[in-house]
Amino acid sequence: MELTTTFLGFRLPHPLIAGASPLADSLDGVRRLEDAGAAAIVLRSLFEEQINAEGLATFRATQAHAEAHVEARSYLPEPELFVMGPDAYLEHLRRVKEAVDVPVIASLNGASPGGWLEHATWMQSAGADALELNVYHVPTDASTTGEEVERRLIEMVAAVRRAVTIPLAVKLSPFYTSPANVARKLDAAGVDGLVLFNRFFEPDINIEELCVESSLQLSDSSELLLRLRWLAILSGVVRPSLAVTGGVHTAFDAIKAIMCGAHGVQIVSALLKFGPDYLRRIRQDLVDWMLEKEYESLEQMRGSMNRQRCPNPETFERANYMHLLQTWTP
Amino acid sequence: MPAKYMITVDGNEAAAMVAHRLNEVIAIYPITPSSPMGEFCDEWSAQGRTNLWGQVPSVTEMQSEGGAAGAVHGALQAGSLATTFTASQGLLLMIPNMYKIAGELTPFTMHVTARTLATHALAIFGDHSDVMACRQIGFALLAAGSVQEAHDMACIAQAASLESRVPFLHFFDGFRTSHEVSKITPLSDDDLRFMISEDAVAAHRQRALTPDRPVLRGSAQNPDAFFQAREACNGFYAKCSGVVQKAMERFAQRTGRAYRLFDYFGDPAAERVIVLMGSGAETARETIEYLTRRGENVGAVVVRLYRPFAAEAFLAALPRSVRSIAVLDRTKEPGAIGEPLFLDVVASLAEARQLRTSPLAGEPRIVGGRYGLASKEFTPAMVKAVFDELARPNPKPRFTVGIVDDVTHLSLDVDDEFDIEADDVFRGVFFGLGADGTVGANKNSIKIIGEETDNFAQGYFVYDSKKSGAITISHLRFGPRPIRSTYLIRRANFVACHLYEFLDRYDVLECAAPGAVFLLNAPYGPEAVWDRLSREAQQQIIEKKLKFHVIDATAVARAAGMGGRINTIMQACFFGISGVLPREQAIEKIKSSIAKTYGKKGEEVVRRNCAAVDAALAQLHEVKVPQRVTAGRSKPPIVSEEAPDFVKRVLAVMLAGKGDLLPVSAFPVDGTWPTGTSKWEKRNIALEIPIWDPKICIQCNKCAMVCPHASIRAKVYEPAGLSGAPATFLSQDYKAKEYAGMKYTIQVAPEDCTGCKLCVNVCPAKDKANPRHKAINMTPQEPLRERERINYDFFLGLPEADRTALARLDVKGSQLLLPLFEYSGACAGCGETPYLKLLTQLFGDRLLMANATGCSSIYGGNLPTTPYTTDAAGRGPAWSNSLFEDTAEFGFGFRLAVDALALQARELLKRVAPRIGDTLVRELMESKQADESAIAAQRQRVGALLLKLRDLDSPEALKLAALAPYLVRKSVWIIGGDGWAYDIGYGGLDHVLSMEHDVNVLVLDTEVYSNTGGQMSKATPLGAAAKFAAMGKGVGKKDLGLMAMAYGHVYVASVAFGADDNHTVKALREAESYGGPSLIIAYSHCIAHGYDLQYGVDQQKRAADSGIWPLYRYDPRRVTRGEPPLSLDSRGGKIPVKDYMSNETRFRMVELMDPERFRRLAVEAQQHATRRIAVYEHMAQLRVPGGNGDGKEPAAQGAKAE
Repeated sequence: MELTTTFLGFRLPHPLIAGASPLADSLDGVRRLEDAGAAAIVLRSLFEEQINAEGLATFRATQAHAEAHVEARSYLPEPELFVMGPDAYLEHLRRVKEAVDVPVIASLNGASPGGWLEHATWMQSAGADALELNVYHVPTDASTTGEEVERRLIEMVAAVRRAVTIPLAVKLSPFYTSPANVARKLDAAGVDGLVLFNRFFEPDINIEELCVESSLQLSDSSELLLRLRWLAILSGVVRPSLAVTGGVHTAFDAIKAIMCGAHGVQIVSALLKFGPDYLRRIRQDLVDWMLEKEYESLEQMRGSMNRQRCPNPETFERANYMHLLQTWTP
Repeated sequence: MPAKYMITVDGNEAAAMVAHRLNEVIAIYPITPSSPMGEFCDEWSAQGRTNLWGQVPSVTEMQSEGGAAGAVHGALQAGSLATTFTASQGLLLMIPNMYKIAGELTPFTMHVTARTLATHALAIFGDHSDVMACRQIGFALLAAGSVQEAHDMACIAQAASLESRVPFLHFFDGFRTSHEVSKITPLSDDDLRFMISEDAVAAHRQRALTPDRPVLRGSAQNPDAFFQAREACNGFYAKCSGVVQKAMERFAQRTGRAYRLFDYFGDPAAERVIVLMGSGAETARETIEYLTRRGENVGAVVVRLYRPFAAEAFLAALPRSVRSIAVLDRTKEPGAIGEPLFLDVVASLAEARQLRTSPLAGEPRIVGGRYGLASKEFTPAMVKAVFDELARPNPKPRFTVGIVDDVTHLSLDVDDEFDIEADDVFRGVFFGLGADGTVGANKNSIKIIGEETDNFAQGYFVYDSKKSGAITISHLRFGPRPIRSTYLIRRANFVACHLYEFLDRYDVLECAAPGAVFLLNAPYGPEAVWDRLSREAQQQIIEKKLKFHVIDATAVARAAGMGGRINTIMQACFFGISGVLPREQAIEKIKSSIAKTYGKKGEEVVRRNCAAVDAALAQLHEVKVPQRVTAGRSKPPIVSEEAPDFVKRVLAVMLAGKGDLLPVSAFPVDGTWPTGTSKWEKRNIALEIPIWDPKICIQCNKCAMVCPHASIRAKVYEPAGLSGAPATFLSQDYKAKEYAGMKYTIQVAPEDCTGCKLCVNVCPAKDKANPRHKAINMTPQEPLRERERINYDFFLGLPEADRTALARLDVKGSQLLLPLFEYSGACAGCGETPYLKLLTQLFGDRLLMANATGCSSIYGGNLPTTPYTTDAAGRGPAWSNSLFEDTAEFGFGFRLAVDALALQARELLKRVAPRIGDTLVRELMESKQADESAIAAQRQRVGALLLKLRDLDSPEALKLAALAPYLVRKSVWIIGGDGWAYDIGYGGLDHVLSMEHDVNVLVLDTEVYSNTGGQMSKATPLGAAAKFAAMGKGVGKKDLGLMAMAYGHVYVASVAFGADDNHTVKALREAESYGGPSLIIAYSHCIAHGYDLQYGVDQQKRAADSGIWPLYRYDPRRVTRGEPPLSLDSRGGKIPVKDYMSNETRFRMVELMDPERFRRLAVEAQQHATRRIAVYEHMAQLRVPGGNGDGKEPAAQGAKAE
């Protein structure tokens, strides 16, 4: 069965990609993903803000006591190798590149314009085959306009585009007033791929302790629906290749995403739940289904259900909501 | 740039640089001030630095110095080149092996930072007491007096040892040399190769024990053989000094630095000569150069090789003209005719005279003096005082110099005005706060100046003994000639005060020379600052015509996101004003060193530091100094007027930093010290303090429980107590039954709080409408200081709760009891002290404490003030620190004594019973004293007994009156850290636990040697980085509790107050009530774990929830009730161990360095925890018939036998 696809300029044997997850944190993990047949592997994001915060916290926690008491110069060893900052990530990236043959996509969440650029460059130097910019941030300042948020995003992406030569993907959140317009601007800024959508930590309230708790739950297939809609809307409209992330748990989920226009299908939660080998099963199920339905190739189904080609495009538009309202009974 | 390649290092690094390159095996044990040598070697080996033969030396931390010596002995015998580093008691522990090493004529060089020995008190500072205790062993003793010499002599010693086969103890003065930073010329590998004889190395290898050429060593010999065999080594000793002299000559030929066995400095025709060794010789030499330029005929013989003592070379070194000699010993031998160097000199001269071989013109008079004990200053004025004494017709035959001895009048008068420092030497004194990084920045400045200019540089750093809010005083000299001033700066031309408050606490400007620059960090601008100064400070500034500059460095630091870290800002100001380097060059250098020093902490840390430096000079202002004093206030008194006489007369002087001025008579003769003194030291180090909101409070007392400094307290009292309360004093109705109708208050001690925030973080009570607001909230201290001080005084005056009325002695109840451990100098947020405070609340009025050396002995017993105190009846903990390794045995001795005295009292009571009355005697004898009421009742009975005894006129009655207090049960506690319990003291601990006696052991387990800087112990958990385990410890924590449980008769508990505070209280009470030995292992979060300790409680909870720190109580008494002795109270499993580990730098650094290794270690740590819990779960199901043989509680001892 012809499953090949092109995502971020890479000719991949099939669209199933191991999305950013702890599975790729160890060399053993990435090897297992490759062995399971992952067409590409996305590493977890390097969070510049987190690196800075940890660096500062460590600086404060250790330096405040250094050279402060007569009997001790310090209270922790300071080996040469102990470096706060992106080095550990970059070193891991280097080793992963050495360990596997499939494309390795590094992921970055920057905290400052300079940080985005520097880290992106370092990742390229460390051997990343492509870069996924994880651009989410929470605009808590009420004086920040949506326009500013978008402008900063586009400027940053354009700057990174100029700074690196490897393929560039942007992992979007669904929270833009006009996601399609954002996608078009990113297209104009030169990105090679769009990944729909990021999933976020969602704060919850502990009503006993009166505090806010944050956790990231694994996805399920229901989350796919939002992504299908926007894949369908963007498919055929923008140049960058499209990938889905969030909610792909079965071959059927993958088929739906591809039909809506996805070139790449990132899988995370299902692999965390069932292990890397589950990817092999999804692939087999995909092939079996295509054989059963007598598809010749993946290309045949890609975008078949996008907004331009599906028989009932209005379902992707407001009608979907209105229809549900009309049929809903208490 | 300087022409010659030079480096700036301290003495420890200088010696270690040689030792690491000349050895294959390094076995050490941390002890101040030698620890850095081992740490340097460990770091270098971790980096893959090789020795002269291309091999990375192995560096191994042992369980004690005794262990290190044994390992080194073995390594030498098996043919390797081995070394060790140590000091003080550590050196004493090595002595047995040193005898063996010497007896076997083994080439070996050890490096010792000479430190005083604990006698009436422990002191970590430098003198020759330890080294002199080794003079009889058969080791060669080679002294270095400076950082350069510590480097050079390390090489000469090893070269000579290999050649001579005599083992060498190379020593330099602890702190004065070991911690002095100086610019030196380093020895290259080729220099070392030139010095070390490969033939001698090969010969050493040839003598190795190997089955390929088997021999036997370490035989036992009988009277027929031993003596002769012992004399067989004589030839080697006879040749040794010659070998050393030759090595010195080779060294001079190679490096140009010439040393002799005895170096003479001064007038070739000197009549007055002093003899000394170590760093004092540098000051002597500098002073003699000054005096001889002024025509004085003085000189000094500096001893390099003290053993073997080459008398002939010594006599040859003396000027022929000498008429009087003062021999200065940096040690004390009470009861001896004189100190050892003095006796050697006397013997050398006497014998030469007897044999008519003396090269001297006459027969000089020889006197002996002691100086510099425990790093007491030794200044040019003191050197001059010795020469002045020698010039007198009848100099004191024995004297001391550097103190005022108003008791035995041995001390010499010293002219404090005598000053010889040259004008072209820059002298800067910097008063910094421990946490503000001043010392680090100054070390960096020395490096910059050392490397960027031809100047020689010297830095020496003085610290107080507090671990929070400590003051550091940096003494920096730069000058065109090598700096030999091994004493503190007394006339500085630059004085910086990095904390405004210090001006009121210390005489900061006393050391300012006329016309000096004064730089002050103050929260006031150049116009306002003058009016904020005290009268005394203004007067000094005007009289000395100081050039006064001010900067609000704290504001600059805050603006740059640096918190209170002002060091680089003040460093920029120093360079900006001093002109030591051109400003731009200096700023550039500071920034590049910031990048180098902090680069590893991340870009943001570097960026913020550099931003702070950029902002510094713009905020630096010169202050226009008025013509006259305008201040309306004087410096506040050091201690309150209400303080006891001893506190005002002695402690206040020490607190002011002027303890050197106290005469001998000010001190107790045997080291005995009053308790209850920390309360007089008001440190005001918290920027914010917790303030109580009664509306929210649920009266749980958790805040008081976790407070490491007993500076937030709870009290219940009668409503009438509120009469006369300050208007702002808060109270509310007490909510529980046992004190119904009474009032309740939570009150902060504003001047004693360290601002650690543990209390606020543990507070569970939140405002429902605004949960950010709790029942206690951190609030700026300064505006509330006076108000809360008055409130706290009122609070202290309220009567204490009746201990016997407490319904439950849980967390809440225990915190209504008066803590008898308060305001210690422990770190803000310390994880150890809450346990000690709780201990004193529960049993403090009948508590004897044997405390192992470590953090707890420093914050517990380091002068000037100590935290143990008394209740209104004058009762409180009696505390002592013996040594590090012997604490279990020491405390065990307490128990034996207390039991013996109680037994005597009971015997006497029986004898006087007919005259006392049967009922009272029976009750006294039979009382179980199981709870507070019963103990109070027993105390009343003892009171009644004493009254009756007063009427009895018999020797027995008199004796019993003295011993009667022993009829009240005493609680003996043995306290120490994990370094003691798991490592150095384990043998003794194990033995004491194996006995039946009623001792209680509390292990404050920080999982590293905290006090000496975080070295690995056997308590260090798997995966944690510690010194000597930088890549993360690869094996699991020793299960001390399980080992103790194996005995069956030991009460064992594992507690963590942050995970379950009630469990902690319960375990302490059960341990104390158990009549046999008890062991409590207490999780103690620590700065060595690498996170902000305000989260210590959260982290303790994670430790328990993850299972890495299970909570349990093993009570042998349960066996008799047919229950499993082990109660597993928290079995973890709620979160993965990795979640616990990811919050602490000690684990995170391993993850960042080697993620794969960390992942493996984290998995192993999880398995380790799971396995351990599984074992405990199994044990917790076991019903043990008989337990310890018969299942009975061990026969209780002494008073508890009732």
